Amino acid sequence: MTDITLNHYLVLSGLIFGIGLMGIFWGRKTVITVLMSIELMLLAVNLNMVSFSCFLKDMVGQVFTMFILTVAAAEAAIGLAILVAFHRNKDSITLNDMAEMKG
Amino acid sequence: MTYDPYFWAVFAPLLGFLTVGVFGYGLGKKFSALASCTLMALAAYSGGCVFYDIVLQGAPTKLIPLMTWISVGQFHVKWALYYDVLSALMVSMVTFISFLIHVYSTGYMQDDPHLPRFMSYLSLFTFMMLMLVVSDNLVQLFFGWEGVGVASYLLIGFWYYKDSANAAAMKAFIVNRIGDLAFILGIGAIFYTFDSVEFLNIFSNLSSVTDDSFKFLGYEFSRLEVIGVLLFIGAMGKSAQLGLHTWLPDAMEGPTPVSALIHAATMVTAGVFLVCRMSPLYELAPHAKTFIIIIGASTAFFAGTIAITQNDIKRVIAYSTCSQLGYMFLAAGLGAYNIAIFHLLTHAFFKALLFLGAGSIIHAMSDEQDMRRMGGIWRGIPVTYVVMWIGSLALAGIPFFAGYYSKDAILEAAWMGEGLASNYGYLLGIAAAFMTAFYSWRVLLLTFTGKPRADDKVMSHLHEPGLQMMLPLMVLSIGAIFAGYAGFDYVRSPEFWNHALSLETLGEDEGHALPTLVHFLPIIAAFSGIGLAYVFYYQQPKLPAFIAQKFQALYAFSLNKWYFDEAYQRVFVSPAQKIGASFWMQGDGKIIDGYGPDGVSQKVVDFAKRMSSLQSGYVYHYAFVFIAGFVSLILYAYFWN
Repeated sequence: MTDITLNHYLVLSGLIFGIGLMGIFWGRKTVITVLMSIELMLLAVNLNMVSFSCFLKDMVGQVFTMFILTVAAAEAAIGLAILVAFHRNKDSITLNDMAEMKG
Repeated sequence: MTYDPYFWAVFAPLLGFLTVGVFGYGLGKKFSALASCTLMALAAYSGGCVFYDIVLQGAPTKLIPLMTWISVGQFHVKWALYYDVLSALMVSMVTFISFLIHVYSTGYMQDDPHLPRFMSYLSLFTFMMLMLVVSDNLVQLFFGWEGVGVASYLLIGFWYYKDSANAAAMKAFIVNRIGDLAFILGIGAIFYTFDSVEFLNIFSNLSSVTDDSFKFLGYEFSRLEVIGVLLFIGAMGKSAQLGLHTWLPDAMEGPTPVSALIHAATMVTAGVFLVCRMSPLYELAPHAKTFIIIIGASTAFFAGTIAITQNDIKRVIAYSTCSQLGYMFLAAGLGAYNIAIFHLLTHAFFKALLFLGAGSIIHAMSDEQDMRRMGGIWRGIPVTYVVMWIGSLALAGIPFFAGYYSKDAILEAAWMGEGLASNYGYLLGIAAAFMTAFYSWRVLLLTFTGKPRADDKVMSHLHEPGLQMMLPLMVLSIGAIFAGYAGFDYVRSPEFWNHALSLETLGEDEGHALPTLVHFLPIIAAFSGIGLAYVFYYQQPKLPAFIAQKFQALYAFSLNKWYFDEAYQRVFVSPAQKIGASFWMQGDGKIIDGYGPDGVSQKVVDFAKRMSSLQSGYVYHYAFVFIAGFVSLILYAYFWN
């Protein structure tokens, strides 16, 4: 039985971050999946921070994580609000319909 | 400020131009006519005072400096009024004739809504000519020279809605430019040689440069000859001599008073004046003088041959001016500058008379100018008929009318002149005298006698012009009758000219030594011309058409003005247009625009199109670029630092 080291945490968070990234690029059906993927990436970063904080015995990382979680919650709320407004206008939350900025 | 005739003779027309030009439309036609005529009357009165002082009383030569114009290094040009006998004669003639034409115009143009513009241009024209003749240096003379060019352009194109008038105005301007190029080169050569452009400096240094020469392509040319020829080419353009004459007949597109002004007082006489003004220089340039004789005599002859077949009444008179200018240059080339100026002055009277008379005919005939549609109108306009007779008698050189004295003197001078050129001049001069009489009577007979060829509407409308037009005609008639007789004795004496002209080479009064035949030959030529015209156009009206058919080639050659316009079209105009078009299409369009403004803007547009296709509008594309950029930055920071 090996000890769980920092590396394990980092690999896990890297995997989660990768899943989030792939979610943006490949799972691009609706806006919700994109939002979820972004959230996942954010959480992966938070996990990173917490594990560093734990292993380096530095509380600043965990404090910062609390801040980031707060901001992420607010951001998710705004994102969902935009989504609702968008749905009212277009009757759709499909990503491919959101191409107003096409040059 | 006290009244100074020397000043007001020149500047009253300028004042007239400014007043009428600026306020004319606001204050109405009556005011414009009145103002410009009043100021021209002031100028004419001042011109009369100048004439009295300098010409009659023999007052000394006057030089009135006004101000400095250009002062760069050694090159100094002043505005100045220079009055010697020559310029005093010119000033009095120009202001007087121009005043009469102003008065005539107020009648002739009274129905034109743009009368103020017309009057102001006339005044400008006069002012520029006056600046030209009173100049004491070549640059101010050139200013006036170009000024009359501008004014003639404005006046020939006065009816600017007519394409032909616009084309004629441009033609006058462009053909004059060719002569002006030579003139400028001449001024440059003079400054190079004399370090000055003032006449007095030039003339006092003439003797020191007689042996100087220009080297060009390995040949040596005498400087004075080169200068003389260059200045004369300038004069050829302005005075419509052979080769550069093509603008003059086309200038008939302008209103008739303009033609009178151009032909009598202002524009075309400038060239003759220039040659006479430079007479001390020409006296030292015998080859240039020979050149002048040949060109002058050829023009006199050539213009006569064209005038005998033209159908437009104004064109006939225009070519006759061309021909008379040839006489003047013939005289100047022979060294008889006094006779050249004498002919210029008498010609001013009868040519103004003929043109204003023709204007009166055109006015009476409801703007008809073609002689083939006139005829039989003398009963309707007897006064015009009489003045046209007087003008034609003077032009043809019938004894005791103005033209007789001056033309006779020119032909005598040609007879007495030495060398082949003067013989050539004499022969062509006699031939031209014959033709002058012929075409003058052709105009008279075709226009006034025979059966009316105009329709009834025009004929019933036939009327004598009003008093404004009639009075100038009468005054000019008096001049056309007496000007020659009055001036004949004066102009022949060198003392009269008070060194304004260089008359040293002129023989003393040798008139008595002439064979009787020489004395009478010009008169015989004139009378036979008149007789022939009577046979052709009065007794046997069918004869001209028959002869025209018999000698069709010759007739067409003359009718088409020796094909000068066609030849120029082919030799100069078309190639120039082709070169211009290729520069425009290839040079400007393809190269400059293609690689310049159009090319750059096209490249920017292409680039922007390509860049805008990157903007897909899909969020995940942006996110991908964002992340890819971020990752590459990290990698860069990690591996390269």
